[in-house]
Amino acid sequence: MQIDHAQNNAPTARRMDLFALTWRMPIIVWQVLFFVGPLLFMVAMSFFLVKNYVMQETFVFDNWSKMFSRGYFRDSYFYTLFLATLSTISASLLAFPASFALAFKVSDSTRRWALFLLIIPFFTSYLVRIFSWYVILAESGVINGMLSTIGLGPYTMLNTKFGTVVGYMTLTLPLVVVLQTFSLANIDRNLVQAAHNLGCSPWRTVYTVIVPLAKTGLIVAALFCFILSFGDFVSPYYLGGSKPPTLPILIIDTTKSGQQWPRAAVIAVVMMATLITIAFAAITLAYRKRTSR
Amino acid sequence: MTFGTKTILKPTRREILKVAGAAALSMPFVSRAWAQVTEINMLAWYGHGEPDMVAEFEAANNVKFKPKYYAGGDNMLALIAQSPPGTYDLILSDGEFVQQLNAAGYIDEMNAADYPFDDMLHADFQKFPGHWKDDKLYSMILRGGHLGVSYNKNSVAAEEAASYKCFWKPELKGKVGHFDWHLPSLGMMSLYNGNGASLFDTGDAAWAKVMETTLSLRPQVGGFFDYGGTFNSLKNGEMQAMCGIGDWITGVLERDGAPVASVIPKEGGIQFTESYSIGKGSEKADIVKKFIQYMMSPDGQVKSAQMKAYPGFCVTKAGRAKLLEVDGKEAERSGQVDGNPNDPIALINEGRIHYRDIPKQQSLEDWNDFWSEYKNA
Repeated sequence: MQIDHAQNNAPTARRMDLFALTWRMPIIVWQVLFFVGPLLFMVAMSFFLVKNYVMQETFVFDNWSKMFSRGYFRDSYFYTLFLATLSTISASLLAFPASFALAFKVSDSTRRWALFLLIIPFFTSYLVRIFSWYVILAESGVINGMLSTIGLGPYTMLNTKFGTVVGYMTLTLPLVVVLQTFSLANIDRNLVQAAHNLGCSPWRTVYTVIVPLAKTGLIVAALFCFILSFGDFVSPYYLGGSKPPTLPILIIDTTKSGQQWPRAAVIAVVMMATLITIAFAAITLAYRKRTSR
Repeated sequence: MTFGTKTILKPTRREILKVAGAAALSMPFVSRAWAQVTEINMLAWYGHGEPDMVAEFEAANNVKFKPKYYAGGDNMLALIAQSPPGTYDLILSDGEFVQQLNAAGYIDEMNAADYPFDDMLHADFQKFPGHWKDDKLYSMILRGGHLGVSYNKNSVAAEEAASYKCFWKPELKGKVGHFDWHLPSLGMMSLYNGNGASLFDTGDAAWAKVMETTLSLRPQVGGFFDYGGTFNSLKNGEMQAMCGIGDWITGVLERDGAPVASVIPKEGGIQFTESYSIGKGSEKADIVKKFIQYMMSPDGQVKSAQMKAYPGFCVTKAGRAKLLEVDGKEAERSGQVDGNPNDPIALINEGRIHYRDIPKQQSLEDWNDFWSEYKNA
C-alpha cells in the first residue's frame, strides 16, 4: 500500500519539485551570474599577468609569490583584521544598551519610530556622511570647539585610528542596533519573568538569560559589522588618512600603479577567504548550542 | 478661465491626437538635429571636459564632449589599452606619458604648422621632451603647473618654506600630508637630497638615499590623501604642510581666501605638464584639431588658467597677455606677470624647475612598492 501510495504521489511530487525549482531559479541564476561567476573569475585573474597595461590570460603564481613576499601586505592584513575586530567589539557594546532599551523598555510605537530613524541614515550617501565628520572631528571642528570652552584640547581625531573607527560606527552601528533589537525583542518574556521570579538580579538576568537567548542575533549583528568594516575603503582612507593603509586601500593602490588587477585579485581572494572562514566560525558558534539540544 | 483650465487639465481626445500627431511628425526633424551634434570622446584629468572649459566651443561648433576622466598616467594608459582603437578622439595626457602613448601607437601625428609654436613662452615648450619623434609632432603642450612646498601661512613662515626641510619641522609633527602618488613626493625627496636635474634618474646608491630620507619623514606624516582629502585637510587646517602638490590645489583654496600658498624651494620644484593628442583612428580629427587650436588661442589659454577644477599656467605669450588683461588678479596670484619672483617661466629659466618624469633606473613598480612600504612604516 505504501508503495502504491508513493507511486501515486510521484507525479505530484515531481510537479511540486518543478514548481519549487521554478521559483528558486531566479535567485540561483542571480547568485551564479553575479556572485559565483565573478568570484571564480577573480580567482582565475589572480594567476594572470599584466604586460604593457594589458592583462594576459596565463596561469602563473607570480602575483601570489610577489604579494606574500611583501611585508606591507602582511602588515595591512593584520591591521585590517585588528581594526575590524575593534569596530565589531565597539559597535556590539555600544549598540547593546540601546537595543535593550528598544526591546524591553519602550512601547511598540516608540520602537517602530526608533527603528525607522535608525534606517534613515542609509538614505544618504555613506561618503557624504563620512565627509560630514570632517566638520565635527577637525581640530577647528565642533567637538574641539566645545572642549576649548572648558580649556581642553584641541585633540587630533581626524587621520587617526579613532577617526577610522568613528567612520566604521557610522556605517555599522545603526545596522547592529536594528539586528540586536529584533533579536532581543523576540525573546520569550516569560523566561525573563521566570528569572526575576526565581530571584535573579537584573544584571544576572541579562547575561545568563537574555544574552544566551539572543545569542544568534547578537553574533549575526557582530558578523555583519565585521564584514562591513573589514571591506570598507572610505573610512580608513578619509578619516584614517590611509595611515597605514588597510587591505581595501591596498587594492586601490595596486590597481592605480601599473594596473595590477591580478595582484589586487590576490588581495581580494585573501580577504574573501578570511571573511568566509570568520563567517563560518561565527555561524557555527551562533547555532552550536541550539543544535546540540 | 474655466475653458482654459479644462483644456489643460482635461484635454479632449481630438486635442490629444493633435499633439501626438504633431510630435510624431516633428520627430524626424528633432532626431536629425540631434544627429548633427558631433560627439567628441575625451580622455582627460577631471575638469577638462567641464562646462567652464568646453561649453563655449560646444555651442559655437555644435559638438558635445563626452569626457572620460582618469587619475594618473597609468590609469590613462590602461583605459586606452583596454578600449578598441578610435575610442578616444582627444587625449589629454601628462607630458611624461606622451612617449608611451606614441610608442604604443595610440596617438596620431599632428601638423606643427597648425599650432602657435612661434608664440611659446619658453623655448622648452617648442620641443617638449617626448612630444616629438623623428621631428614629427605627436602632442601639443597646453598648460603646466609647478609642485613644491605647499603650506599654511599661519604655521610655516615663507623663509621656512624655502626648503623642503620645513617638512621635518618639529612643530609640524603629524601635520604634514602627502598627496597619495609616489612620483611627485619621491621626486621632491630626491630634490631635497640634492639630485637636481637627475631627480628621476637615480642610481642604486641615490635611490637608497631617497628611500632613507623619505622614511625619516614618516613620523611627521599625518595622512595620505587623494584630491578631495588633500583639499579638505588643507582647508580645515588638519594638515599644515603638504608634500607632492603645488598651486594646482592651494591655488583653488587661495581663491577662496584660505591662508595657504605654494612655493618653489631652493632645492627646486617639479613641473607637471598637460598636453593634447589626437587619438589614433579618430574620425573626428578635424574638429579635434580645431578644439586644440581654440585651447591654444588667447581665450582658450585664459580658460585653462582659470579652470575651476585646478589652475595651470599659460604656455603662450598671447595667452598670458590676455590673462593679464581680463583677470589681472589671477595672473598676479599665480605669478604670471613679467618680473614676478614666482613667475613660472622665470623659475624654469633659473634652472629651479624640473619636468616630471618616470623613474629612469628603477621601474614604476619599484617606486610603487616602496610607496606602499612607506605608508605602512
